[in-house]
Amino acid sequence: MSIQLSEIRKALDAEIIVGHDKLDLEITGGAASDLMSDLLRNPKRGALMLTGLSSSQVIRTAIIADMTAVVLVRGKTPDTKMTELARAYELPLLTTPFNMYSSVGILYGIGLRSIR
Amino acid sequence: MTLTKEYRIKAGDFEKAGDASLQIKSTLKSLDIYPDIIRRAAICAYESEMNIVMHGGGGTITLTVDDSGIVLEVRDEGPGIEDVNLAFQEGYSTALMEHREMGFGAGMGLPNIKKSSDFYEINSKLGKGTNLTIFFWQNRESG
Repeated sequence: MSIQLSEIRKALDAEIIVGHDKLDLEITGGAASDLMSDLLRNPKRGALMLTGLSSSQVIRTAIIADMTAVVLVRGKTPDTKMTELARAYELPLLTTPFNMYSSVGILYGIGLRSIR
Repeated sequence: MTLTKEYRIKAGDFEKAGDASLQIKSTLKSLDIYPDIIRRAAICAYESEMNIVMHGGGGTITLTVDDSGIVLEVRDEGPGIEDVNLAFQEGYSTALMEHREMGFGAGMGLPNIKKSSDFYEINSKLGKGTNLTIFFWQNRESG
């Protein structure tokens, strides 16, 4: 089952940093981690990344893993470099006020399952 | 058709760390390589690049593509790996605190390379550096 990024944005009350024109993208699963190599362990194509790490390496990891979008939790905001990199690669980047545990629960509640 | 590209990786340069791997991925996409091979090669390139930046004291990644497959030659001039078996153990990491703050230190770098590659060879000498060669065969379905 896939869910549109617009629904995820709404459920997480998320602010869009990059990707205002990409809210119709389909997300096929979720992955939550602050450890980048854990996210590269298994295929993640089409997934949404939830992370509390605000770093350019998050964007690079998401692109390497073919992930569709990134949401920063706990109200974290990206620095200029992170935003520019997301914009350059057209990777949607959002931020939610909810913490990791709540964010995962909310998305599970609207039907988003673990990517694998 | 054979394509070869070399990328120089600077020790400690976290601002650019990962950019070579993104370029490798982009090159493979332009060559119409099977998507799952691109995914696995990009992961190996990225984990290798981060290892060079964090532990390897700088080095190079050379990408070679021909009809039989893709090769990543990863060479660094760093301290070498004391115990290669331990380095391949999931969860074992020598990452510094500053690396962990950037999301590294899961101890999955070399295990991810092992899992994502079709074949690899590693040689490491203490005080001299590490050579890692990673192979991906084309015209094979694998996931």
